[in-house]
Parts: sequence; structure tokens; C-alpha cells
Amino acid sequence: MIVTTTYGDTDDSLLERKDGTFEDDNELTTWTEYWKDAELVHRSVHVTLKKPLTAATVEAAAIA
Amino acid sequence: MANTQSMCTSFMGELMTATHNFGTAPIRAATTADTFKAALYLTSATINAATTAYSSTGEVTGTNYTAGGVTVTNATAPIATNSSATAGVAYWTPSASITYTTVTLSTAFDCVLIYNSTQSNKAVSVHTFGSQTITAGTFTLTMPSNTTTTALLRLSTT
Repeated sequence: MIVTTTYGDTDDSLLERKDGTFEDDNELTTWTEYWKDAELVHRSVHVTLKKPLTAATVEAAAIA
Repeated sequence: MANTQSMCTSFMGELMTATHNFGTAPIRAATTADTFKAALYLTSATINAATTAYSSTGEVTGTNYTAGGVTVTNATAPIATNSSATAGVAYWTPSASITYTTVTLSTAFDCVLIYNSTQSNKAVSVHTFGSQTITAGTFTLTMPSNTTTTALLRLSTT
């Protein structure tokens, strides 16, 4: 597979791949890194927002 | 039958489509939906509820990232749903993921501002996530499901 890197398109067989995941109540995040000779040459991130961050409660006031 | 004091759920949905105006409204050139955009901000920025409009101050910079961010896909109109005689929710979610393709963003960022580029870049909402950098890669923000309980933007009565 060809990977876009800081050195241009590179075959992934020439690179070391590292994947990671983070999850909490707010997000599920995964990332993929490709390294070449201890240098980070590609990093993509996918964040999934898990819940509404903007929620407002509105009311109709009673008329006294 | 009985009457019940409540905020009308239809009203909340209509707030999201600028149907009501209690003050001075902007002049609209069209009745179609506005264009919304999503800009990324550095961890060092101060973007919060007090933010009133998009600003390039504190915005990320980098290869293939255009100041102002990307356009948010908006193919689904806001929905207003009653849950009882007193409660309901109006909600909206972008209809596709927000994607920044083949970018290099070397300085850590942790925030996206959604704003209305049709209406003078006025701010809509701020969403934070864990600090990230991107290297010759793609940053994708996938939205929550567009439901009464999980939609990205919700106005609700209880």
C-alpha cells in the first residue's frame, strides 16, 4: 500500500506502522503513524465525537 | 383535555432555521440554509462559550490547511420532536464527517469551532477533543448520531 509521507508517496513495506486508540466519554480516537528510521513521516487521526457537547435547556416562564 | 405550560417544540426547531425574530435580524440574501464551516484551534488558543465569531487568532496553520477551515456538510435540516406535553428537543448534526485531507499540522490542536460563514462568520459551537498533531495525513472528525439524545446541537425542554 502506498502511504503519503513527508517524503512523498512511499510503499508501506519500507515503513514501520504504529496504531493507537483513546476513548473516554467524549470521544473515540484512533491514529495511525508511519515511521522511517525513527522519524515520524505520517500521522492520521480519526476522532469520533460521542455525545452532544452543546445542549441547552430552555423554559417557558410562568406568568404570575 | 388540559392545557400545559411549555415552550413549543416547533419553536425550538424554528429557532434553528431563523423563523422567529425578537430583535433585529440580519438581511438574508436567500432562504436556503447558510454555509457553516469548521476551523481547528491550537491547544494554546482560547475558544469557548464567549467566542462570538471565527477568528484566525490561535487557529492552526500548516501544509494544505486553509485559514477558516473546511465547509461542513449540511444535507439534513434541523428536527424538532416532542417527548411529552412539556418536553421536546430540536436538534441538528452535520450530515457527514468533517475531514482535513493530507495536512501537516505540527503544533498541537484540540478544538474545532463551527461557525456560520454566511452570517459574518458568527460562532455556533465549540467542540474539544484530545490534543493531536497531523503529519502528512488526514484528520477526520466523525459526528455523533443525529438523534434526540446524541445530536451535535440540541435545544431541549424538560
